[in-house]
Amino acid sequence: MREMVKMVIVLTVLSGLSGGLLAALHDTTKDRIENQVLKFVQGPAVEKIMKGSENEPVADRFSVKVGEEEKNFFVGIFDENPKSVAFETSASGYGGDVGVIVAIDMENNEIFGVEVTTHNETPGIGATVETDEEFKKQFKGMNLDNAFEVKNDDGDINAIAGATVTSRAVCKAVQRAVEIYRDNKSQINDQVKTFTG
Amino acid sequence: MAKTIGQEFVKGLWEEIPPFRLVLGLCPTLAVTKAVENGIGMGLATTFVLVCANFLVSILGGIIPSKIRIACFIIIIATFVTVVELVMQAYTYELFQELGIFIPLIVVNCIVLGRSEAFASKNGVLPSLADGLGIGIGFTLSLTAISAVREGLGNGTLLGHSIFGPSFEPFAIMVEAPGAFICLGLLLCIMNIISKK
Repeated sequence: MREMVKMVIVLTVLSGLSGGLLAALHDTTKDRIENQVLKFVQGPAVEKIMKGSENEPVADRFSVKVGEEEKNFFVGIFDENPKSVAFETSASGYGGDVGVIVAIDMENNEIFGVEVTTHNETPGIGATVETDEEFKKQFKGMNLDNAFEVKNDDGDINAIAGATVTSRAVCKAVQRAVEIYRDNKSQINDQVKTFTG
Repeated sequence: MAKTIGQEFVKGLWEEIPPFRLVLGLCPTLAVTKAVENGIGMGLATTFVLVCANFLVSILGGIIPSKIRIACFIIIIATFVTVVELVMQAYTYELFQELGIFIPLIVVNCIVLGRSEAFASKNGVLPSLADGLGIGIGFTLSLTAISAVREGLGNGTLLGHSIFGPSFEPFAIMVEAPGAFICLGLLLCIMNIISKK
């Protein structure tokens, strides 16, 4: 009996200490990790979409509460106009979530560009989504009212050969982005205006 | 067992060098040694966990009831692994992206649990520290050696610098999974020849 009590106490104390230590460390590193993700994951993708912008979209960002989560929005200024806003969404592909940065052209109500950030798709098949410019280019200039579906599902998007599931995930992420944009349009608009000139 | 602290340290560098002498911890050995940088990063992460876990286990050795010792060791090891993971994410994000899933998998690396169980729980603090450091550095050296061969032959580079010049045709198989086994086997063979003499 005494041995059992001792076992329970030792395990409880040890787990408690471990949990406390990790929670403290998590809190202290949280901001830095967020910055690193911004720099190495979202940053390059945003810059690629917003190429030719007059500002630095990664620096010119704001956050809006979408559901439970604070989402980062990146603003691209073209011809002195904050024309485009980009943010990350995700949808599940063949091997987990596919993260997609979707930029929306606010003036013309169409997609400005799409870039894939994180994924665990099969190398050589689904993973080519990251570099397949032809595939991603299809989204550019599409009206937001489009259904954003692959041709197999009666949509307009040509799926990557052999990677329909991955292509579908990107479409789904774009659909979600459009939804988020529509639901928070007034908030996003107010924020984006502050970046003018 | 009347070894000095120095001997405890040195034995990890040749006599008991993992993963060659103690053929344990093969999963990270085979998986991350595509490039020297990854090999060194993985080795150092494992060394940190080994030293810290050995230190704590040797201190707590008397308090931990023997029936739940494995559970306690795993809590201690998992705590330090999470520390490494968070710190790596915060400060060396690129390396973290390369090593990815293999950092959390240090928890189940047999070398770490093996040293806690076989050595640290039965020895004092100083010998345990020396043992952890020796085995850790030995592991780092092994990973560096394997990854140097694989990166050199498979990619023609060392730490990203070209070593054989542009006319070199890389052995693509060396950076694939079978190359890891071939390389490990050959190095093991060379080590056995040397130590038999």
